[in-house]
Amino acid sequence: MKGWLLHHRQAAALAARRLAATPLNTLLGALVLGIALALPAGGEMLLANFQRLAQRVAATPQISVFMALDAAKGDVADVESRLRRHAQTREVRLVRRDDTLKRFKESEGLAEVIENLPRNPFPDAFVVVPRDEAPAALEAMRDEFAKYPRVEHVQLDSAWVKKLDALLRLTRLAVALLAAVLGVALVAVTFNTIRLQILTQRDEMEVSRLLGATDAYIRRPFLYFGALQGLAGGLVAWLAVLGATFLLRGPVGEVARLYGIEFSMHILPFPDTALLFGLAALLGWLGAWLSLSRHLAK
Amino acid sequence: MIRFEQVGKRYPGGIAALAELTFAVESGEMVILSGHSGAGKSTLLKMIPAIERPTHGAVVVNGQNVSALKRAAVPFLRRNIGMVFQDQKLLHDRSVFDNVMLPLAIAGVAVRDAGRRVRAALDKVGLLERERAMPVALSGGEQQRLAIARAVVARPAILVADEPTAHLDDATAADIAAMFHAFNQVGVTVLVATHHEALFAPYMTRRVVLSRGRIAQ
Repeated sequence: MKGWLLHHRQAAALAARRLAATPLNTLLGALVLGIALALPAGGEMLLANFQRLAQRVAATPQISVFMALDAAKGDVADVESRLRRHAQTREVRLVRRDDTLKRFKESEGLAEVIENLPRNPFPDAFVVVPRDEAPAALEAMRDEFAKYPRVEHVQLDSAWVKKLDALLRLTRLAVALLAAVLGVALVAVTFNTIRLQILTQRDEMEVSRLLGATDAYIRRPFLYFGALQGLAGGLVAWLAVLGATFLLRGPVGEVARLYGIEFSMHILPFPDTALLFGLAALLGWLGAWLSLSRHLAK
Repeated sequence: MIRFEQVGKRYPGGIAALAELTFAVESGEMVILSGHSGAGKSTLLKMIPAIERPTHGAVVVNGQNVSALKRAAVPFLRRNIGMVFQDQKLLHDRSVFDNVMLPLAIAGVAVRDAGRRVRAALDKVGLLERERAMPVALSGGEQQRLAIARAVVARPAILVADEPTAHLDDATAADIAAMFHAFNQVGVTVLVATHHEALFAPYMTRRVVLSRGRIAQ
């Protein structure tokens, strides 16, 4: 066991020395791998942030109930009363058409358009927060509210979030496919790097074999080399994604504020960061293993 | 200790290197293997650590039939046999110290103990002062001594050498022959293939002459 651990320590040290002996090659190799890894890692970071944003915006689904434009005050009061008595409503907020008009008049760019309208185009509306957030319950409430007198339109505000969620799932699949393709590229790059290394270390490998080295002993430094190169690529990718996060944080926050949302982009979450480094090392190791197996089988 | 039983070796193309070879080397012997170029000396030596396998017959080392050994077991056999190769097979990008350290690193000997043993081996062959030198900076005789130090550092019971005095001047060759004798004196079984029989004559216990892959005497 001691000997085995010693072999691993020596192999790791030898691999690190080989990487350090050719700093330019190491840097270029890490950049190639890093750029390949940065694309899916960056995609994952964006997805994680948009998912967070979607969850925040739609933390609780709401139902908007719009009255007819010519609905009388009594009609509005009647619907309000029905909504407040309803067993499935948790919160009911009346948004009066005059308040809506006032808010739009205060909006930059819209004031002039609103001023020129002959009459208030906004209806009275209710924002209802339901107790049961299950999609079926929400849809049943929407259908019920639509039948109330003088109600013109009922809208489930979570519908767009569902669409966004489906879009995010699709994008996640695309990122996964991209990661798979670029993962194969990473294995191929490491395979080739190790193949070139084998050519330069052929004498040492032959002598080691003659002196009693097992295939595992010969393979080990190359596996560590592949894994370390993968890790270096992972580090480059992580730094690139980190840089992009900080660059995007300001502009994205500004756009979010325009929509009334307080949002700040987060860096790649820890599990994703660990996955990035782990996968990078594993793929480097795999490329080295394939290259060595091909050579040792000869 | 080493037994060749009806060993034959035929290379691809039908060239017979060894034919029906039967002989044994007992523990503690120093046997000199001689014969003309192409007589099969190197092939015979390479069969002991299973670098070459016989086409038929059996090579038995320490009671183990190495000709039937599985590939995975070969490295462990080689760790118990010191080999001095005809072309030395030194690593020219590693120092004298690191070259001798290699068999111990492969065997997983602890670094501290290994360092002590490397220095002892270098001391025995007179290279202790040159442990930091690179092989290319050594003379031909020193390179040969380095190859011997690497072969004995793991304290093998068997030492096999293929033309260890080739390309050396007489005085250096004599030193090398004496070195093998010294190892034999401490109990190492030595088998040397050489054209310089006279150099080893004072030390050898036996001589085996090969001719066209067969024992001539």
